[in-house]
Amino acid sequence: MPSFVNPEKCDGCKALDKTACQYVCPNDLMTLDKGTMKAFNREPEMCWECYSCVKICPTQAVEVRGYADFMPMGATVSPMVSTDSIMWTVKFRNGTLKRFKFPTRTTPEGTAEPSGGWESKGDINDQLLISEPDGLGTDLFTLGK
Amino acid sequence: MPNWETVEVETDLLICGGGMAACGAAVEAAHWAKKHGLKVTLVDKAAMDRSGAVAMGLSAINQYVGLKDGENTIKDYVEYVRNDLMGVTREDLVASIARHVDGTVHLFEKWGLPIWKDAEGAYVHEGRWQLMINGESYKVIVAEAAKNALGMDNIHERVFITEPLMVDGKIAGAVGFSVRDDKFYVFKAKAVIVAMGGAVHVFKPRSVGEGLGRSWYPPFNSGASAYFTLRSGCEMTCQEVRFIPVRFKDAYGPVGAWFLLFKSQATNAKGELYMQTNKDELQKWGPYGKVKPVPANLRNWLMMLDVMEGKGPIYMQTADAIKRISDAVEDPKARKKKLKELESEAWEDFLDMTISQALLWAATNIAPEEQPSEIAACEPYFIGSHSGASGAWLSGPEDLQTDATRDDYFWGYAHMATVPGIFCAGDASGASSHKFSSGSHAEGRIAAKAAIKYVLDHPEAPSSNGALAETLKEKILKPLDVFQEHKDASSDPDINPNFLKPKMAMFRLQKIMDEYAGGVSTNFTTNEHMLNRGLELLDFLREDFEHLAAEDHHELLRCWENVHRTWQAEAHIRTLLYRDETRWPGYYFRSDKPDLKEDWKVFVNSRWDPATGDWEMSKKPIHQIF
Ligand SMILES: Cc1cc2nc3c(=O)[nH]c(=O)nc-3n(C[C@H](O)[C@H](O)[C@H](O)COP(=O)(O)OP(=O)(O)OC[C@H]3O[C@@H](n4cnc5c(N)ncnc54)[C@H](O)[C@@H]3O)c2cc1C
Ligand code: SF4
Ligand code: SF4
Repeated sequence: MPSFVNPEKCDGCKALDKTACQYVCPNDLMTLDKGTMKAFNREPEMCWECYSCVKICPTQAVEVRGYADFMPMGATVSPMVSTDSIMWTVKFRNGTLKRFKFPTRTTPEGTAEPSGGWESKGDINDQLLISEPDGLGTDLFTLGK
Repeated sequence: MPNWETVEVETDLLICGGGMAACGAAVEAAHWAKKHGLKVTLVDKAAMDRSGAVAMGLSAINQYVGLKDGENTIKDYVEYVRNDLMGVTREDLVASIARHVDGTVHLFEKWGLPIWKDAEGAYVHEGRWQLMINGESYKVIVAEAAKNALGMDNIHERVFITEPLMVDGKIAGAVGFSVRDDKFYVFKAKAVIVAMGGAVHVFKPRSVGEGLGRSWYPPFNSGASAYFTLRSGCEMTCQEVRFIPVRFKDAYGPVGAWFLLFKSQATNAKGELYMQTNKDELQKWGPYGKVKPVPANLRNWLMMLDVMEGKGPIYMQTADAIKRISDAVEDPKARKKKLKELESEAWEDFLDMTISQALLWAATNIAPEEQPSEIAACEPYFIGSHSGASGAWLSGPEDLQTDATRDDYFWGYAHMATVPGIFCAGDASGASSHKFSSGSHAEGRIAAKAAIKYVLDHPEAPSSNGALAETLKEKILKPLDVFQEHKDASSDPDINPNFLKPKMAMFRLQKIMDEYAGGVSTNFTTNEHMLNRGLELLDFLREDFEHLAAEDHHELLRCWENVHRTWQAEAHIRTLLYRDETRWPGYYFRSDKPDLKEDWKVFVNSRWDPATGDWEMSKKPIHQIF
């Protein structure tokens, strides 16, 4: 069933104009049942198990149950997302538990400055892109005439 | 026709796609457009934060040349790519990307992407060209810079680009539809950047139950770039050069860290190293069998030989690799620490970019320090940015041409296709393999600057044609009509004698390609007769596309995705037929032309003529620049 929604936890994103899981799914799979106001994966066999919906859900209602056509049952992999890191809990079929924490970004969300703070020295008729050559750290390569 | 609103958007430059290449195009185009008072608009079928192949994140940046520290030269990179692709590569394009890619990586770092550093502050390499990253939020960060550059007012998410808008044989923009609202979009533009990724699910994947979606390449990249460039009459190249990665079996988790970072080896079931036991086979494949590293497709081939001889399963010997690394550390405390580090690195490799593989290891109780893990060849994909090469035929930049290349490889604007005003980047551009995430972003930037220059040189607005847009609207929304018209003929919404639902259209395409064009079922082997039969069956499928039916927006999206895939499929078969040899045996094998022929060291280009509907095939020379 790849990603699935726990109906007890899903609150339909409180009926905001778009739900978080529906907003993010790169394959247009997550959708809201307008009757029950619960989200569901409408085409589980097209799910990439990318976990984008799992990571974004504000109530941790989305989980992944590995593809049944090749994954033995009983294991889970669940993320906990914070602003600059992600913590994964891996539960094995035999009960073994492993936890891993990895950084995800080094700057506050929203602050990415397109030119990276480097001056862009080119003009429209040359080959220099923004931030070059300083951001490159060296002169731009060319074959010359 | 359904009563959908038509929304017109006028812009100077239209960026189609929101992935790595499109995000690169966005940051670059925004800068030059602002300077020259132009407007840039970006359209993505999904949400940029997690759209495209980097949705899940990545654990490595695969192209970093290291120019500033003198680690490698542009020539080094070009030679690596040339050899890996069995001599078939556009050296001007590879060099064009390689000379800018380090700057792109430095920008990623500034934007907040954690790149691993050693004690001296130098980047940690996975392999010669690869950098290790904590890349869970890679796409979010890259999209953020693109959004900050363009502003959300200029970005349309959840709009599926369906067709190029061609007026009098010239590009005038693109049309598409919202997958959320009843809206049909007409984007009018003076230049267009095509950056909608490659194609998957053209061939039948190995898993066809719930695991259908677990292709290595993401199921949401469905051939839109190839379709757009083909339908607008662009010349295409290397449409035969599909990519088949070898990955951990079934969940398709990455093997790069194991092979490159941990120096792990792969064996057959008896523990034999197929790269050694089958090494004589390399002699057959010209100079490319002798180069180091062995080209990706030849590594596949040596493995497949063992599989075909019944010597599988094939295993990554993870336990041996871990033991070797840990034995090298003498102090027991340091060794324990090293092992802990290794474990975390191995799991991060999966968790950052193929979470399913972590799930599969957990579900099968894999302890990599104790037992090996199965690897296998995936199914064929079209991904010109990786170790495949399919895409549009582009002009290189002027300053990277020689007297020999200028006539063949240069027509005015860098990374512009043969139809003026159409630019391509990432998976959309051909014969410039091994650009990966970072090089695709860099190529998007190169194409964007050139496209802005093109718009400045060609300021006249494209002639508008409202009637044409209406015709396209009718054609694109037709599957909704077909469903409404016929749904009452059956009690089952999917089984109906009057129409074809998109899911079965996809399965039909996949079966044709799998069985006739060298898919998994035939161990990637095909011949002239099979290919011709495949074309006959594709004709029926294309005729049946007139009866595609969609119940809702989502199915309408699926209908057009499969139309797009089918064009990629046809270009592929025609090119397989035309090339009179086998050159990439680990990607496909022509049983009737089993050898490499040096006189076929050429590009095979193809073009569908929008005026006549005919396909033209041609050979283009390969010039060595470096
Ligand atoms: C599993 C996997 C692992 C990889 N690992 C690495 C790695 O470790 N390091 C590395 O550097 N590279 C890696 N790559 C390669 C890298 O992801 C690609 O090279 C890169 O993403 C290509 O960029 P692109 O812009 O061409 O395509 P993508 O980034 O895939 O973007 C395609 C975009 O087009 C949009 N789109 C598609 N169709 C339409 C349409 N009809 N209308 C509108 N928008 C559309 C999509 O939503 C998406 O935004 C990996 C790729 C895969 C699949
Ligand atoms: S994001 Fe979570 S809470 Fe919101 S609709 Fe989806 S599953 Fe429900
Ligand atoms: S795991 Fe990814 S592909 Fe699957 S439903 Fe969630 S967001 Fe979509």
